[in-house]
Amino acid sequence: MLCVCVCAYRPVLAKAIQSLSRIGDELYVEPQEDGLALRSVNSSRSAYACFLFAPLFFTRYTIPSGHAFRCKMAIKSVQAVFRSLASLEKTVEKCHIELDGQKNRLTFTLHCRHGLLKTHNLSFQDSESLQAVFDKDSCANVFRAQPRLLVDTVVHFPPSLEEVTVSVSDERMWVRNHVEEEAEQSKAMLTELCLASDEFDHFAAQAHNSITFCLKELRGLLVFAESTGLPISIYFDEPGSPVVLSVTDNVLEGNFVLATLSDDASLRKNNTERVRTSPPPPPPPDDFMNDDMDSYLIAMDTSIAPGPSTSRPPTTPLADSTCSKQPAAANHRTRLHSEVEEEDETSDTDKPPNKKFCSLFFGSVLPPSSQMSTQPLTKQEVLASDSEDDTPGD
Amino acid sequence: MKFRGKIVDIACLNHFTRVITTISKLTKMCVLRLTPDNLYFVLSGKVANGGVSMWCELSQANFFDEYQMEGVSSEANEICLEVTPENLSRALKTVQSAKAVKIKLTKKHCPCLTIAAELPTMSSINRVVTHDVPVDVIPRRLWHEFKEPSMPDFDVSIYLPPLKTLKNIVDRMKNLSNFLVVEANLNGEMNLKIETDLVSVTTHFKDLGNPPWGDDASQDGGPSQSRDPDDMAQARVDIRKLQQFLMGQQVNPSKSMCNIVHQRILHLILLHEDVSLQYFIPAVA
Repeated sequence: MLCVCVCAYRPVLAKAIQSLSRIGDELYVEPQEDGLALRSVNSSRSAYACFLFAPLFFTRYTIPSGHAFRCKMAIKSVQAVFRSLASLEKTVEKCHIELDGQKNRLTFTLHCRHGLLKTHNLSFQDSESLQAVFDKDSCANVFRAQPRLLVDTVVHFPPSLEEVTVSVSDERMWVRNHVEEEAEQSKAMLTELCLASDEFDHFAAQAHNSITFCLKELRGLLVFAESTGLPISIYFDEPGSPVVLSVTDNVLEGNFVLATLSDDASLRKNNTERVRTSPPPPPPPDDFMNDDMDSYLIAMDTSIAPGPSTSRPPTTPLADSTCSKQPAAANHRTRLHSEVEEEDETSDTDKPPNKKFCSLFFGSVLPPSSQMSTQPLTKQEVLASDSEDDTPGD
Repeated sequence: MKFRGKIVDIACLNHFTRVITTISKLTKMCVLRLTPDNLYFVLSGKVANGGVSMWCELSQANFFDEYQMEGVSSEANEICLEVTPENLSRALKTVQSAKAVKIKLTKKHCPCLTIAAELPTMSSINRVVTHDVPVDVIPRRLWHEFKEPSMPDFDVSIYLPPLKTLKNIVDRMKNLSNFLVVEANLNGEMNLKIETDLVSVTTHFKDLGNPPWGDDASQDGGPSQSRDPDDMAQARVDIRKLQQFLMGQQVNPSKSMCNIVHQRILHLILLHEDVSLQYFIPAVA
């Protein structure tokens, strides 16, 4: 099992890794038929990022057919390969990436000027498939902006700020810092920025909502977008469902999926009891929205495991089309599922959730055949190991 | 109680920001006193802030294109607010390119100084950013704590060498000792000394010049007249306090001087056209 990717050196690869490093500690690498996927997720699983470099990005892209392969490694070690971006840009001519499944080696060879070769051998671990389930195309609110606009927006907020709230109307977008507790409000400085719709390349706000999400990951994407000059598209629906930030050009696509806080600030600072008595303003679609954590969960639909999310109405898991082409093993899904379930259960006890954003939207992708069906997957309860052998080949 | 100011000129905005940033480096909290003509940033020497006090005076006309204020009452036409200069500085720093910046006293979730700026954009509509900096309104009965400190009856007054030079020396001395002795005489000489069990270091400056205080000075033609020009007055101060003062310095003063009350206080004064910043560091035994 050997995958080889060769490309003329472009800083965009290094920048992608740099912005993934803002998300999580591990880099998930998966050579797919439609390109090389690099992914990362944060420890609380509230933020996920994926870059897909199309085969055309590379001068040579060969992967063994009929055999899915994926691995993960510490993102730090990969960053080390691309340390000192500025000097790399001047000296490196070609970049050769080789994934050797037999030797458990990921090899980066940088072909520099004057025939100098720099080889980095990284070891890796096998991993489950990491795939967030999201559907940006169905989002009611879609915006596209030049990275400069967002960089100029973010600069108004202190580096220590964790979350921002974005509100939209037909003509305007407001960005505010999110202040957690009422007690803090008297101390905290509030910053609000108002952007007119014509500053955006595209501005379509069908649902006038406000969402709150982490700024750190957005900053991470901005590092990438600014260096590549690619416009950023923002997709979101309503509080509690994730916001998707994406950059695309003809050879690469990057998607950042970030959890948003569920609707009401008053919901979060109290325990479940309180929440039950005062449901969020837009009434939840079912009786089991008694825990605000539930509203983070999307596409966690067909679970038959006991737990608070069991009886949620089935929402069709729709995976993003570009990132979901490979069939993935159901056991991976199960594994991630079980993690989510665990968190769910903790949240259902009287202890209020300690994380503001909770784990969500993970389940790896269903095979296309079952993707649209609402029929529960019987395998889901099984806590299977993530060994490669169970993976059905395609 | 009303306050509203507007800065249009970019140089004024820049200068104002630098003053506030300097203050933010000196203290976490301070009092902003607004009068019809001036703005004052005041830190009164309490034990909690190490006995250090500060008095910074700005003439509003030199910064603001529009300035309206209405104090607590007509006979006490002032507003006294406790502010976090760091917040003000941060808010102002991000609006350096603004077409216009308004600073208003507002009542939001709590009393705030609202800094609103119109930022230039390519679009027809301006981008507007507002920063609400929470403040505490100081009741009138406490105002007496924030009056201008009287000029101490100093023994020696001397012009300071370039602050950058001073900073470099103090930074190095700080590695060796926690306390530093500043001494100066009326002959234009100043020494910075540290003394520990292991090492004694002294930096000598000469020909600095002594400011002519004339009749303004509070010493009634007093001690400094009769003083032996070579006789040193000295103050031993916490080196971190002095370092803090030198470090945050962004005003580029046209004149900087220091007054020493022997073994009592080190009084630093920076003058820059319309701004004066005074900083008092108590001497320790």
